[in-house]
Amino acid sequence: MSAITVGRPVALRRPIYGWALHDGFVVARRNLIQTLRVPELLFFSLVQPVIFVLLFAYVFGGAIPIPGDGASSADAANAYRQYLMPGIFGQTVAFAAAASTVGLAEDMSRGIIDRFRALPMSPSAVLLGRTFADAVRQILVLAVLSITGLLVGWRINNGLFSALLAYALLLFFAYTVAWVGAWIGLSVPNPETANTAGLAWLFPLTFLSNAFVPISSMPDWLQPIAAYNPISTLVLSTRELFGNPTGIQPHYWSLDHAALYTLISCAVLIGIFAPLAVRKYRNATSR
Amino acid sequence: MSDKPAVYAEGITRIFGDVKALDGMDLVVQRGQVVGLLGPNGAGKTTMVRILSTLLKPTGGHAEVAGFDVVKQANQVRRMIGLTGQYAAVDEYLTGRENLRMFGDLFHLTPKYVKARSEELLTSFDLDDAADRSVRTYSGGMRRRLDLAASLIARPEILFLDEPTTGLDPRSRLGMWQVINDLVADGTTVLLTTQYLEEADQLAQDIVVIDHGHVIAHGTAEQLKDQIGGDRIEVTVHDAATAERAARAMESVISGHPLIEGNKISAPVSGGSMVLVGAIRALDLEQIEITDIMLRRPTLDDVFMSLTGHLAEDETQRPEPTRRRGVRRR
Repeated sequence: MSAITVGRPVALRRPIYGWALHDGFVVARRNLIQTLRVPELLFFSLVQPVIFVLLFAYVFGGAIPIPGDGASSADAANAYRQYLMPGIFGQTVAFAAAASTVGLAEDMSRGIIDRFRALPMSPSAVLLGRTFADAVRQILVLAVLSITGLLVGWRINNGLFSALLAYALLLFFAYTVAWVGAWIGLSVPNPETANTAGLAWLFPLTFLSNAFVPISSMPDWLQPIAAYNPISTLVLSTRELFGNPTGIQPHYWSLDHAALYTLISCAVLIGIFAPLAVRKYRNATSR
Repeated sequence: MSDKPAVYAEGITRIFGDVKALDGMDLVVQRGQVVGLLGPNGAGKTTMVRILSTLLKPTGGHAEVAGFDVVKQANQVRRMIGLTGQYAAVDEYLTGRENLRMFGDLFHLTPKYVKARSEELLTSFDLDDAADRSVRTYSGGMRRRLDLAASLIARPEILFLDEPTTGLDPRSRLGMWQVINDLVADGTTVLLTTQYLEEADQLAQDIVVIDHGHVIAHGTAEQLKDQIGGDRIEVTVHDAATAERAARAMESVISGHPLIEGNKISAPVSGGSMVLVGAIRALDLEQIEITDIMLRRPTLDDVFMSLTGHLAEDETQRPEPTRRRGVRRR
């Protein structure tokens, strides 16, 4: 320690956007570096949605008719691929929540969380950083998915601006469910449970929607549930923004105002789960 | 603020479920002092450090660090302290340099300072060559050094070291001792916990012995050793039936109560190797056959034996909440 030459610590001035965001970005940077250091994990998180595209496009595609589109069977299959891609986008960003659940549960089981908690940093930074990084990762996932979609015949028919809006909406949704996932990750006792708990709610949530089949094809009692599922309105909005076929919609307020309903849902979910997660984090004792 | 002690704790209690981890713990550490918290597993050492470093709230009592209340002014406390726990609290996937940068940034220090300080710490902790390698590739000793470096990024006035050498091989342990001694020479106040009397002796001026969540003795290493009678003699007799007689025979050379376990007798002695000669003569006179006789330095068990009358058993029934995820939450 005789080599010490650096003087007293120099404190940073408080940034105009506040310490919570500053600290959140520092943690997000760490989480994104982690992603790059485990390329295998990144690879497999990309493979899964791509497999879904191929499975649905070629295995189920011919069997699911989209009402109001395509006369011949070749047209029907093509229409379904147009219809399918926004559904896959929606499902994929929803599954981003599972990464938040597992990531946080792992953080909480390690010693590093003690160092974070003993630092004079914002108590919400670990969660802000986690959810932000998990949403940012979805940019890459959406890019790979879009390329796969274009290869199987999916097209953007409504211009670049609408397409960018669609992607922005998908990312906002990814960020929203990341908070739900974060709360689950803080509620489970260990990373092993997080693996299961993180996925358990996502399958019914994504399949009880118009992601893969039109709502009009569901039994009457199931239709309102699917119609008010935010995944349905997210997928419907992106179909409209990409100019893809939407099928014939039953009339529900949520489906008639799909984008608005999606934004409201996101705001409400963040409003509920962000404070819950931050409170859980503050009170958590990792050991 | 400067006239306040670095650590002041009074009557700290902490209850986990129906387990009393701390039971009226008092502790004062003056500025610039190095205090060793010595005790067996489950004595409450880690719990105490976690309370002082704001990671745990006490169930009862009052504690101040650098003059700030650890509960009400937790963030001010966090600015003044560094904490190195039993497990390396660094990110596995980041490199050593990235870890230091992250913690420096989270301490709200300027990027320029963080960079300079990181280089300095990497050099003085001999991590230069490994600085750009992922921590996953580090050895146990390197991780601990990086962990300590991370605690020092903001030059804390008060450093908490929770069993800084547990699990390290002897060479890494010596290296860690060197690093801690350098810090102390630099004027940092240190509160360290250890299970080893030798370690407390090496590093700390003052030793606080705790058991069952409260202080049972404190003083310098010398004072404590005097209290427990310095060296101990250990005699193994051939026939366990003669152990009692052997203890009586040695009465004149030992300086405290002998402990008999089967065919082994152990007792505190004062005086050097002449004690051995005296003991052998006394036993020979009584015609007691011995298989082994030796003098040894007192161990933690001896400290506990003389202070509490029981051995420093590893109490698995009363664990410190180490990695027990069950107790986290609310």
